[in-house]
Amino acid sequence: MKLYEMTALELSRLLGKKEVSAVEVTQSFLERTGSVEPQVQAYITQTPEIALAAAEMVDKQRARGEALSPLAGVPLAVKDNICTGGVRTTCASRFMEEYIPPTDATVVMKARRAGMPLLGKTNLDEFAMGSSTENSAFFPTRNPWDLQRVPGGSSGGSAAAVAAGMAPLALGTDTGGSVRQPAAFCGLVGLRPTYGRVSRAGLVPLASSLDQAGPLALTTADAALLLSLIAGEDRLDPTSSAAPVDDYTGALSQGVRGLKVGLLAEHLPPEFDSEIIAAVRRAAAALEKNGAIVEEHAMPHISSSLEVYYLLCAAEASSNLGRFDGLRYGRSESAENVTAMYSRARGEGFGPEVKRRILLGTAVLRESRYERYFLQAQRVRALIRRDFEDAFSRFDLLLGAVTPSTAFKLGEKIEDPLAIYRGDICILPGPLAGVPSIALPAGTVSGGLPVGVQLTAAPFNERVLFRAAHLLEQERGGRPLRPQPAPPAL
Amino acid sequence: MEYEAVIGLEIHVELQTDSKIFCGCSTAFGAEPNTNCCPGCLGLPGTLPLLNRRAVEYGVLAALALNCQVQEKSIFARKNYFYPDLPKAYQISQDDYPLARGGYLEIDLPEGSRRINLQRAHLEEEAGKLVHAGDSIMSAAYSLVDYNRAGVPLLEIVTEPEITSGREARLFLEELRRLLRYTGVSDVKMEEGSLRCDANLSLRPAGSSELGTRTEVKNLNSFRAVEQALNYEAERQARILAGGGEVIQATCHWDDSCKATVVMRMKEGAADYRYFPEPDLPPLLLERSYIEALKEKLPELPRQKRQRLRERYGLDDEEAAIIADTREMADFFECAAESYQDHRNLANWVQGDLIYQLREAGKEIEQISPALLVELLEMLDRGEINRPVAKELLEEMVKSGASPRRLVKKRGLGKISGTEELAPLVEQVITENPEAAENYRRGKKKALAFLVGKVMALTRGRADPQELNRLFKEKL
Repeated sequence: MKLYEMTALELSRLLGKKEVSAVEVTQSFLERTGSVEPQVQAYITQTPEIALAAAEMVDKQRARGEALSPLAGVPLAVKDNICTGGVRTTCASRFMEEYIPPTDATVVMKARRAGMPLLGKTNLDEFAMGSSTENSAFFPTRNPWDLQRVPGGSSGGSAAAVAAGMAPLALGTDTGGSVRQPAAFCGLVGLRPTYGRVSRAGLVPLASSLDQAGPLALTTADAALLLSLIAGEDRLDPTSSAAPVDDYTGALSQGVRGLKVGLLAEHLPPEFDSEIIAAVRRAAAALEKNGAIVEEHAMPHISSSLEVYYLLCAAEASSNLGRFDGLRYGRSESAENVTAMYSRARGEGFGPEVKRRILLGTAVLRESRYERYFLQAQRVRALIRRDFEDAFSRFDLLLGAVTPSTAFKLGEKIEDPLAIYRGDICILPGPLAGVPSIALPAGTVSGGLPVGVQLTAAPFNERVLFRAAHLLEQERGGRPLRPQPAPPAL
Repeated sequence: MEYEAVIGLEIHVELQTDSKIFCGCSTAFGAEPNTNCCPGCLGLPGTLPLLNRRAVEYGVLAALALNCQVQEKSIFARKNYFYPDLPKAYQISQDDYPLARGGYLEIDLPEGSRRINLQRAHLEEEAGKLVHAGDSIMSAAYSLVDYNRAGVPLLEIVTEPEITSGREARLFLEELRRLLRYTGVSDVKMEEGSLRCDANLSLRPAGSSELGTRTEVKNLNSFRAVEQALNYEAERQARILAGGGEVIQATCHWDDSCKATVVMRMKEGAADYRYFPEPDLPPLLLERSYIEALKEKLPELPRQKRQRLRERYGLDDEEAAIIADTREMADFFECAAESYQDHRNLANWVQGDLIYQLREAGKEIEQISPALLVELLEMLDRGEINRPVAKELLEEMVKSGASPRRLVKKRGLGKISGTEELAPLVEQVITENPEAAENYRRGKKKALAFLVGKVMALTRGRADPQELNRLFKEKL
């Protein structure tokens, strides 16, 4: 097996035993990237020099016998809306094309300190607004399983990079499913941590009350390793939680015996792909077989998640994106006066989806509409949160789908934003309640595409997610799901 | 028809913390442009606000001093608008859930005291500063922006609309300034912008309870400007109403050189700032015990201080007001009063000559030792020096901080009283002024004053006049 085909855990073990060097590992991923990136286009910016320098450093430290992180020497790809000091961070926006942040996001800083070589910055929907990575201002990313299809979004570049063997691990951000949906489309494990579990400092915000960074990985063990590294309170993020960080890798092998699982069957409607519904039911059966107690469960308010999410997300985004005025950084335009200057910089710098959400968000925050839209959405959000509280008073876990269908074709839905929004129905309720969810591969369907299932737990109970996800992974054979056979272009 | 003015004030006070409200940058005034800045206060993407505890403490202290109900839960909100001095395109402020509600401030008017009620007080961040190469941002060739001030903590205090005149508004602000200086949370300097005031004014028929159309008056850069502008605006509106016209809701700009308000823009409905709760900051939760502990930390406030000065030291209203103008002045007075019993005399010296000399010398009261003033007054009371010399010594004492007793010794300013010293001078004056001496002998009592005056002139006022009277009487 080539190094680039290995999981992070496998690489970590080889590195630990000094059977390979970090430079060799990094080089393997760089070479693989050289051959498949032209077709997949996962990266906006590649940083081979930075990666190799970090790898060399790790090798030296290891040679000196220093204590190292398990992820030292395991390379990482980072979504391009997560700030990297000295490396441009574009958010896939023309506006930010040349923007170089002065400092690392906390998650990046932790990864770099642990000795993870930074391979590059991955493509996304502009400012993380989208579900297909087609809203990138630069180019769309292709799904390594089928180059005619989207990798999902908005963390599509991160997902495609891992699925194509261009990185063993990647960081994405999940505001309304942007880690889990591309994970499902690309056959990966994608984790959205509890809101506050991972620092948001250095994440270019989409919706501050919803954003969380999370790992995209080949296996649950890899996701657990990366979460262990990035989780924890951060004094730079007042919304980060002081709750102690659990032992996630230790939870993996604990099984599901006695766990109570709520199956969100009524949220597997007939219009969903029947093979996805079947995959969810198979997962339920596997959990039951291993000693979990599975019961169907209804959550009355989560069907309103779509409206609530798009309203609140747009409202916060419209405000968060106000700072992009072209005065201090980013696209700068001269004009006859300051208003024209703003209009030109923002008019030319932002793509259509960004403008759509700014307009929507600005509209719902207007004083005359605030009560009817924003406050109403907040009230329904509270009801959704209560649905989850009720559910977790009865269950340890909730099981459901990630997406209604497998990866769709490029251009298939680009003209119909509402269809794309509707595809997010399973992944929106969790963020509104701030709860953690994991998407994990559940095999492939007849078209040869991967399909995912989703588990959700109570706040700060990521451990139980890992227990159940790992068990389902074992049931599937324990190996990462890879494009089989690899598409000819790869 | 007789109209009465209805005035509400919106006051912004910069809290005197060392660092900004949401980042660690210095708040020092007058630094090189854009040197007290960081990614946070420049609004770089990915930065998050980190609330300064001290700013909260200062805000709470001020609110408590203003008798507000400090809220155990308050919520920051974003006030969204585009302007180059606002790095994030929103100001972090507070909207529906302010730091403090209610409260009042009592002001002293000649006709008695009056309570001005407050609506609220809330925390927010300051914007940067624009310098235009031209009149305004829309017409300037270019504008420069300095973000040093962006993020300096502000407390916004909003009064109920119950002030009735420019003079009341000025007295309110003066008392507010005094109060805030007492608490030490702000240096409240209008000229440096650490105290700013906007006013809303409308007129209504005297005695009515309805509110008329109001105008907002801005650019009030001094207490005098507040008084003049509001009086002007009240008259302007009265003229419009008297002429059968209608006041139009607008923002007015006070032009201090023309002494007139200029209507800047008509308001078509209020500006829409799209307020919503700031998702980057959790609600601000204050324990009751924390608020109570801060209440304990409040110093005696001006009103109580004035009252105590009157009761304890027998000062009149004016003396108490002048001495209690600052905590430092009152401390000085009270420290001196501990060892000097004639409190009225002390007050007289402090509020008159001492304050005058401080101003002349450009010194602060904290730089003067109360013991020195006591020393001076005791020398005067014991007749060791006379009044003109005392005033001269006070000037010197304020300038150099020197002890009056030592100054007297060094310069020979003590009173000349012994016969052996004064007798030769008496002889000399009689010889030089035979006519006056003769007149006195003939019974003209006034001539004695003339002769005594001559000796006083020779001794530059140091001779003891009683002693002189006696000596001249004996001689003549």
